[in-house]
Amino acid sequence: MTEALPVLLVFVPFLAGLGQFVLGRAAPWCQQFVSGLNLILVLLLSSAVVHGDPVIADLGGWGEPLAIHLQADGLAALMLLLTAVLAVAVSLYAIPAFRDEPRPAWRFWTLWPLLLASLNALFLSRDLFNLYVTLELVTLGAIPLVLLAGPNKTVDAALRYLLFALLGSLVYLAGVALIYAQAGTLDLALLPAALPEGTLSGPLAAALIITGVLIKGAILPFHIWLPAAHGNAPAAVSAILSALVVKAAIYLLLRLWTGPLEPLVSNGAGQLLGALGATAILFGSWQAFRQSRLKLVVAYSTVAQLGYMLLFFPMAVTAAWQGAVYHGLAHGIAKAALFLAAGNILYYLGQDRLEALRGIDRPLAVSLLAFGLAGVSIMGLPPSGGFTAKWLLLSASLQTGQWWWTTVLIAGGLLAAGYIFRVLRLAFLQADDATAPHHGPVPGPLMAWTATALALLALALGLISAPLLDLLGEMPGGTS
Amino acid sequence: MTGFDPFALAAAGLIAFGLYGFCVCGHPLRRLLAINLVGNGVFLALILIARRLPDGPDPVPHAMVLTGIVIAVSATAFGLALIRRQARPEDGGND
Repeated sequence: MTEALPVLLVFVPFLAGLGQFVLGRAAPWCQQFVSGLNLILVLLLSSAVVHGDPVIADLGGWGEPLAIHLQADGLAALMLLLTAVLAVAVSLYAIPAFRDEPRPAWRFWTLWPLLLASLNALFLSRDLFNLYVTLELVTLGAIPLVLLAGPNKTVDAALRYLLFALLGSLVYLAGVALIYAQAGTLDLALLPAALPEGTLSGPLAAALIITGVLIKGAILPFHIWLPAAHGNAPAAVSAILSALVVKAAIYLLLRLWTGPLEPLVSNGAGQLLGALGATAILFGSWQAFRQSRLKLVVAYSTVAQLGYMLLFFPMAVTAAWQGAVYHGLAHGIAKAALFLAAGNILYYLGQDRLEALRGIDRPLAVSLLAFGLAGVSIMGLPPSGGFTAKWLLLSASLQTGQWWWTTVLIAGGLLAAGYIFRVLRLAFLQADDATAPHHGPVPGPLMAWTATALALLALALGLISAPLLDLLGEMPGGTS
Repeated sequence: MTGFDPFALAAAGLIAFGLYGFCVCGHPLRRLLAINLVGNGVFLALILIARRLPDGPDPVPHAMVLTGIVIAVSATAFGLALIRRQARPEDGGND
């Protein structure tokens, strides 16, 4: 029974996406059913994983060297859980958000389940080439969603996103080709034993794969496509992109680094990735502080927050492993809440320039509550999920004697507080003119409370970390 | 795999030209073409890798190239549609 779960997780949303293309107007309600079913399947799968070995589905029954496997271990189960929870919240939010939109925005209900299926497939894949295909599927599902913002508004951003994503996946594929030339297999479980040691092309392949994934994951210096795409897409789409799509690339980096690439990478490469992450944290936070539009603040905050997950690589101990993955979860939930809250503000004001935020505390009290609570997790204050993640990373940096990462963690937290409080301060200032013009109606309870529910969940992650970290388990192949 | 191989040189050349073009060219159409050059280089390299077995070619890289070509064609078509929309915004929504 449990062997069927990974297969269902890929095919249910995929077929639903195709079905919703035909259904048209009934699609929003169908999607609620699909995201609910997806969550139930993921919960069943997680309970199977937590009680024992990884769940493996052997597609077609071809046996070891030829087979395509879908595998769910602790890391995959956690990412699936994050995806499923966000899928439920975003699907609910999108009902009112896309109700009044012109006809093309309805394509959201086709593209979103297809993207969900691709993300599920990415987290469940166990060979390098399947990962390439699912990475491309995620990209080709995500970019049309950016275009839903309206006619011709986001074409430039989407095009730049597409070009970088294509380049990234080809660089990744070149690395996969070199790996296959040496090992003769693509299976993640068989690769570490099959790779010959001491060749030059092994580390070259690792470098190509890592560079390709970094381009996909918008890690500094490849971040330049991210703010325009995430900042201009519709709010529900921005939440998906920032919380899940770029995170999928970092997930892949964590998975490959501790698996097949482990014999190929050196400590210096880990330090280099850590330095990239630290630069991303400081640069992204500083840029977020300087933006004049609300959604760009949140988008640059994503550039910064992704950097924390890279701090795993120089330290590579279990505490850092748990901290990096937990940061992925906490940031995913909190960033989705921030984007949904920012979307509510944009829906009400018709624009999101920061000066226009004055005096919105009365009509948008619930959305601002969501923004503030999610901000607590982004800043890393206790008792939020962000705090737990940073605490784990901090103890890893002290445990390995690499104290300089501690200063980066603290500086990043302070800068995050800077850009969150800058937005909140403006929102609570008196308006110059009490009857300031606004564009739309006050967002309905569904839009306001899905954002708040996610923000509360981001806080609750600080209190329920033990079972989730149990599910994740120790660092694969780790010593301490 | 020892000695001079013109196909390997061609693959490396395609990838190098493509990467150079991606970095230097500003126009999205040129960048898309540059990406296709890189893609062709990678596919050529994969076909070379398939030759390494003594008894006939290895089918796995061939399957990878075929899948890669399908993905590259659809992504290129999508990119071209976007470039057209960017160049002529007035007839957007109809392509």
